Amino acid sequence: MFTNYDEIIERISLNQLWDFPGGVNPPQQKTLSNQSSIEYLQVEKTYYVPVKQHIGIEGKLLVSEGDKVLKGQAITTSEAPFSVPVHAPTSGTVTKITDHVSAHPSGIPELSVIIDADDQDTWFELDPVPDYAKTSKSELIERICDAGISGMGGAGFPTHIKTNNSKPLEFLIINGIECEPYISSDDRLMREHAWQIRQGIDILVHILQPKQVIVAVEDNKPEALETMSIACQQKTNYQVVSVPTKYPAGGEKQLIQVLTSREVPSNGLPIDVGCIMYNVATCYAIADAIVEGKPLIERVVTLTGEGFKSPKNVWARLGTPIQSLLTYGDYDKSQQSSPRFIMGGPMMGFTVTSMLTPIVKISNCILVPADDELPHPEDERACIRCSACSDVCPASLLPQQLFWYSKAKELEKAEEYNLFDCIECGACAYVCPSEIPLVHYYRQAKADIRNQKEEKEKSDKAKIRFEDRKARLLKEKEQREEKHRLAAEARKASLSKDGGGAKDKIAAALARAKAKKEALAMQAPNASKITNSPESEKTKAVSLSEVSTQVAASQKTQGASPAKDGPEDDTAAAKKRLVAAVLAKAKAKKMAANKANKETKDL
Amino acid sequence: MTLTVFALAAIALLALIFGALLGFAAIRFKVEGDPLVDQIDAILPQTQCGQCGYPGCKPYAEAIANGDDINKCPPGGETTIKELSALMGVEAKPLDAAHGVEDVKKVAFIREDECIGCTKCIQACPVDAILGAAKQMHTILMDECTGCDLCVDPCPVDCIDMVPVEVDSSHWEWKFNKVPVGDIPIRQMS
Repeated sequence: MFTNYDEIIERISLNQLWDFPGGVNPPQQKTLSNQSSIEYLQVEKTYYVPVKQHIGIEGKLLVSEGDKVLKGQAITTSEAPFSVPVHAPTSGTVTKITDHVSAHPSGIPELSVIIDADDQDTWFELDPVPDYAKTSKSELIERICDAGISGMGGAGFPTHIKTNNSKPLEFLIINGIECEPYISSDDRLMREHAWQIRQGIDILVHILQPKQVIVAVEDNKPEALETMSIACQQKTNYQVVSVPTKYPAGGEKQLIQVLTSREVPSNGLPIDVGCIMYNVATCYAIADAIVEGKPLIERVVTLTGEGFKSPKNVWARLGTPIQSLLTYGDYDKSQQSSPRFIMGGPMMGFTVTSMLTPIVKISNCILVPADDELPHPEDERACIRCSACSDVCPASLLPQQLFWYSKAKELEKAEEYNLFDCIECGACAYVCPSEIPLVHYYRQAKADIRNQKEEKEKSDKAKIRFEDRKARLLKEKEQREEKHRLAAEARKASLSKDGGGAKDKIAAALARAKAKKEALAMQAPNASKITNSPESEKTKAVSLSEVSTQVAASQKTQGASPAKDGPEDDTAAAKKRLVAAVLAKAKAKKMAANKANKETKDL
Repeated sequence: MTLTVFALAAIALLALIFGALLGFAAIRFKVEGDPLVDQIDAILPQTQCGQCGYPGCKPYAEAIANGDDINKCPPGGETTIKELSALMGVEAKPLDAAHGVEDVKKVAFIREDECIGCTKCIQACPVDAILGAAKQMHTILMDECTGCDLCVDPCPVDCIDMVPVEVDSSHWEWKFNKVPVGDIPIRQMS
């Protein structure tokens, strides 16, 4: 299916590598910043630590406002598999937990923990692994996760997920390419900390058991190549390879293609072709986490561009606002007519919206170009279909078609043309003679497609819920009706149990009622509480409806008798009362009969 | 004479055979429901808001299949009308303002300290996105809420607000308003 292992090993040992399609060769500009060693910064006054700094979901907060934290203390948990914790960059107090401008092109504020340093810089209790070779793989992976390590090359994929691999692995590739112009953070890291990177690789080898380790360094970094070769020389299955300089050779899929000629399938992962790739900075962080027990709280950031008087590389704690980095690099205001700060490199970076934008796990560079250094984006012109973009596309796509469909919002078509295989490297936009910001269109189209898909999922869910609810309501209604029907049947059954007794019962009840009315009529002048009378006691045994009839009747009787037991009881009044009582009796009788009729009808 | 009888018999036999065949096919290959209705229903946004005048998206889908206008769905807006017109082969019309206007996506929010626990909104919610019980505070399951607005009117104490959904960075559509063109890879002078 693809080139076999032995052939690849042979080609690599002869340094006859393959190539990926397309690519561009922009001016490198690396010497601006890679001449001096990485500097350590003083502790900042305030750090803005975003809770989410990687691809996936953020962990749950472990601290609350006012809490004291120590350097390296976890401030979020990692409960879900795709979440990675973040740690306090220094010791101090959590002053606020609020939304703060994010290190994202949109600058949309995201939940961040704001920590005021106490200048003590006291470490949290560290828990190093004495001998990783004697530690189980699962524990090492858990420690990598707990140290908050996510891919530091740019994508920010949680490292522990990548490391938790069960498929057969041939090549463990260590990416020291750093192909984007201006950036030199990995270059300096390899030159100065090759040994620790090697330790990180050893740990990964212990966990992953690859057949071969390839450390790939671009040939424009001869010093790094040399230090890495020295660091890896004792190991026979570690091969340090010099890769020809071409942008974007550092892309994961491109580098795999250069080294092995294997192509990662669309929607596939490198492991599908037997490879796993880590950035050198990630290896460094892994060594830190396992050997020293230190979580990921700082990274190397390149401060470069002619806008800096002294461009250099620095160890910046995660959460450092870029305004302090500008001070460290001696930002020269006079070089810029209007402020313009780029996070990341010139090809894939973005202009930051705020000076308080924090450094996160994937920020490798702050680029401050002078006015004439990088052209300001011109107004785009019409596509002339020169196809220069498809010549340079490293993923062999058709950028002009993708542009066309993305612009026209024909998203299905764009997807058909494999929009999601675009790695957003910007090579197409770099060569476009019409100055079309092609990647911008692709990113918009991708976001639209993603949102549409999510929307579709949501609407499907809503549909199911709506239909379930309808079914539930219907079921409840049926159950209610069924209950009523059963109750009616039970009534019927209880009545028909005595055979024809029902009629007799009614007749008996009527007779009783009649007798009672008569008795009432006799006592009418001094009728008091009906319920106390012995007759009413008897009626209790009869159905409720009859009781109510009786009560109604008695009330009528009472209401009909205007007398209030006065002392003078003249005959006229007595007569009147008698008439009223008789009338009431008749009425009650009629009502009772009606009721009885109705009941028999119901039956 | 025999020929005529024979011909009639043959035709009668054929008619019987085909009748039986068709009868069998009608039972064996019976189509449950109207597939067109399902297709229309799949395009509708499933907010179940009833702004179209029908009690839910499915009934409106049935109405469209029976020839009703396709421009009565404000939550779906232009996109839905376009897709419906393509499916039904009718001309796309602008949204009928009588049924409402296209709005940003919203979800309901209950101001919980004002809720009296009357359960009226729970009964009104078409997707069971409200959690609560009698005399207990209610709350909205934000992920399930379709923003249909139907719970707002029944609330006797007016404690339900429709809150626009805020965009986070993972749903951001790369539309710059602060920085004009920040994500364009920058070309270098050379």
